[in-house]
Amino acid sequence: MLAFILRRLLQAVLVMVTVAFIAFMLFQFVGDPVSQILGQDATAEQVAEVRAALGLDRPVWVQFGHFLYNAVQGEFGMSLRQGTPVATLIAERFPATLELALVAAALALLVGIPLGVYTALRRGSALSQVFMTLSLLGVSLPTFLIGIVLILIFSVQLGWFPSFGRGEVVHLGGWTTGLLTLQGWHHLVLPAITLAIFQLTLIMRLVRAEMLEVLRTDYIKFARARGLSDRAVHFGHALKNTLVPVMTITGLQLGGLIAFAIITETVFQWPGMGLLFIQAVTFADIPVMAAYLCLIALIFVVINLIVDLLYFVVDPRLRVDHASGH
Amino acid sequence: MKTTLFKWLDSDVGHSFRSSPAALFAAAIALVCGLAALFAPWVAPHNPFDLATLDLNNARLPPAWYPEGQWTFLLGTDDQGRDILSALIYGARISLFVGLVSVLLSVLLGVTLGLLAGYLGGWVDALLMRLCDVMLSFPAILIALLIAGIGHTLFPNAHEALAFGVLIAAITLTGWVQYARTVRGSTLVERQKEYVQAARVIGVSSLAIMRRHVLPNVLGPVLVLATIQVATAIITEATLSFLGVGAPPTSPSLGTLIRIGNDYLFSGEWWITIFPGLVLVLIALSVNLLGDWLRDALNPRLR
Amino acid sequence: MSLLQVQNLVVEFPSRHGTLRALDQLSFEIAPGEILGVVGESGAGKSLTGAAIIGLLEPPGRIASGQIWLEGERIDNLPPAQMRRVRGRRIGAIFQDPLTSLNPLYSIGRQLIETITTHLPLTHAQARQRAIELLQETGIPAAQERIDHYPHQFSGGMRQRVVIALALAAEPKLIVADEPTTALDVSIQAQIINLLKSVCKKHGAAVMLITHDMGVIAETCDRVAVMYAGRIAEIGPVRDVIHAAAHPYTQGLMSCIPDIEVERQHLHQIDGAMPRLNAIPSGCAFNPRCPQVLARCHHERPELMPAVTTEAACWLTANAGATPSFEAQP
Repeated sequence: MLAFILRRLLQAVLVMVTVAFIAFMLFQFVGDPVSQILGQDATAEQVAEVRAALGLDRPVWVQFGHFLYNAVQGEFGMSLRQGTPVATLIAERFPATLELALVAAALALLVGIPLGVYTALRRGSALSQVFMTLSLLGVSLPTFLIGIVLILIFSVQLGWFPSFGRGEVVHLGGWTTGLLTLQGWHHLVLPAITLAIFQLTLIMRLVRAEMLEVLRTDYIKFARARGLSDRAVHFGHALKNTLVPVMTITGLQLGGLIAFAIITETVFQWPGMGLLFIQAVTFADIPVMAAYLCLIALIFVVINLIVDLLYFVVDPRLRVDHASGH
Repeated sequence: MKTTLFKWLDSDVGHSFRSSPAALFAAAIALVCGLAALFAPWVAPHNPFDLATLDLNNARLPPAWYPEGQWTFLLGTDDQGRDILSALIYGARISLFVGLVSVLLSVLLGVTLGLLAGYLGGWVDALLMRLCDVMLSFPAILIALLIAGIGHTLFPNAHEALAFGVLIAAITLTGWVQYARTVRGSTLVERQKEYVQAARVIGVSSLAIMRRHVLPNVLGPVLVLATIQVATAIITEATLSFLGVGAPPTSPSLGTLIRIGNDYLFSGEWWITIFPGLVLVLIALSVNLLGDWLRDALNPRLR
Repeated sequence: MSLLQVQNLVVEFPSRHGTLRALDQLSFEIAPGEILGVVGESGAGKSLTGAAIIGLLEPPGRIASGQIWLEGERIDNLPPAQMRRVRGRRIGAIFQDPLTSLNPLYSIGRQLIETITTHLPLTHAQARQRAIELLQETGIPAAQERIDHYPHQFSGGMRQRVVIALALAAEPKLIVADEPTTALDVSIQAQIINLLKSVCKKHGAAVMLITHDMGVIAETCDRVAVMYAGRIAEIGPVRDVIHAAAHPYTQGLMSCIPDIEVERQHLHQIDGAMPRLNAIPSGCAFNPRCPQVLARCHHERPELMPAVTTEAACWLTANAGATPSFEAQP
């Protein structure tokens, strides 16, 4: 088990370095920082001076080393668009994205898992058919369109919910939260639903498929043959065996919420990291793009590591070694 | 040709198709959209790209059944006087084109890599599997977004071909992994079997073995995956275009149209965004239905 | 009074191509404490019979007609809730693969105690004690500790012992054992079969032993039923069926088994193959392959008729001067 963890850590580090390299290359290929500082008419000497000051005359791998050193400390320079340090910008926007993602995740799990279980157990019922059809719709609807339609119905036509921004936020130390104010929640509703629907659908289908598989196994057949009640078979045995693999896959999917947040934030003008990234792309704000890239990679690498470890915690087959008893 | 069609219709798969209203409906929709998109210049009532025909007096007309609407512009017009219906048809064409090409390339790339990894084994296999693992640890949409975003930044004024190239590359590079894994798995299984070893003993080349024995076995699952992936690809393309890093503005796809229309939601001209959205959903839905039906029909356990 | 009585059981599978009859007018009995072997080729319907008896036929399969009686009560038409009470408590089941029969995420103790408390009014502590005793009976060493272990911590043979313990946990009167040794190593098979025999005898349980292995049947069973194409070809005491079979199919089966003491050039085989469910011949199902076929075999289906020491569904026995209990049809 230790070997496994070490291997995954090594892989994680490799991924991070690769992503950092891609981010670093962005700087190399796009734009010329020297001309941005000096302007168009600069003498050769001035150019050389600035290049030396910026360290641009060093070999590439040395520059990369510098970049890595800075990146690890969270130092990515200044945003080209806004002139403020990138690290500050990201720190500002991070809470918004995280809160949105967490609320959407909770929604997706709390609705998706029970629906999945229901449609597996009551396979032929009318309600199940309805849910399965809706789920198909959920997978066919792009997230941004869901957001637009929700805005159209609930903001434009009915005026029940606001269509942009976060509303009033409370500052707690370095963190800004919208969860403590009614207005904050009011603004959260539509974006959270938009973000949650796709994941909800996936979770529901996953739980259903997995549960149907489990219900076909020999140990379920044997449990029935022993006369265990339906409740014991379905919820004692089948559900547990379903949730174990589902839980781990779901962990990965919920990471996807951070990615889908980009879309939702764009539609609702939600002041999070995703919106920041899109704005950076359209403006060619390389430092911000690079920082976002590295941060996102880090988040996913960590999520994957946690999910891998979860497998060990949850499945006794992996936990206990096979030394005992034959 | 006719008899093979009848034979297929009569087979288990064909029968399942004929008796499934969802599959028939989906196939009908897909066929209509596909044909309309293919023959766009003949089907569309107007040419939305011909600047000469645009008249700003026609701008922001509502759909024809409204009192201010006109029947020549069945679904209304946008802010520049472009007919929405025509823009839809051309937009669908672009969306379908990007979707299908990306999936095709994904399949080619994935199947090839999977065959190689499965058959050659060793470090080739290990490397590919590591790569797949890493790629799978990131959500596809994110990778596509990053590639498209970086492409957009690197080539800000790219001409159409390059823009589409980046777009298609972005979607292709996120989709190949599932095929590679499936094919690799099947290749490994087949490779162990005795008839493959026998074939090698008598000197049949590896390529021939892979082509003749492994490929037919994987075709079913690959087909199901590919069908479902077309829907995903179309949605991904729409998302990228909506965010501004997808199809170039000179050739707007359905996503681009939705993006344009989004600005007019609050002023009440909902048709500019909703109709493209509707078509997008219809196409994605019918492809997903077909994929679902195909998976159930080809699943030996359910037969 | 017989423990289990199956009368004219018909199991059908509706399909797109028409209704397939998997079991066709099956009738037999099991006496209390008896071990009845059910033997036949793959696809003959042995497992289906077991599934029908415990009420776990997989849809679209269903019992189309016939009756199943357990200790004088009908069980084939019970509502699901009542059938659940029969399962485990009055009829137990053992399946082929011990690896997949146990839930990998629960300790075997948990699974044992759950079964016991479902059927018997015992407290948790009492149930645990009983579980330990069962494990000891089925030969699990150090039962006190191993009761909390997980299935993957046991070897295949050990797991099957746990499965047997689970099947006996609620003291059923009949055990349906479907290929209990097929998935095990040959060296373990004998142990498990002997264990099954002794434990069932001790608890007074009858066994319906389904298998394709004649060796196991010979060692273990009191009587054996030979199935062919969803019907019983022959049934009788095990020694008689093996050495003095009346049905040509049974005779063919027995001669297929090589005898180490007899010198032979060729292995005997029965020509042809068992018919598929949608192509069962009219009359006697075996008639296309039968070396002693008569004219009437092609269109008249024989019922089980008394032969010398067994009962066989064969027109030969009708002609062969056995004392008929009913008039033979001309």
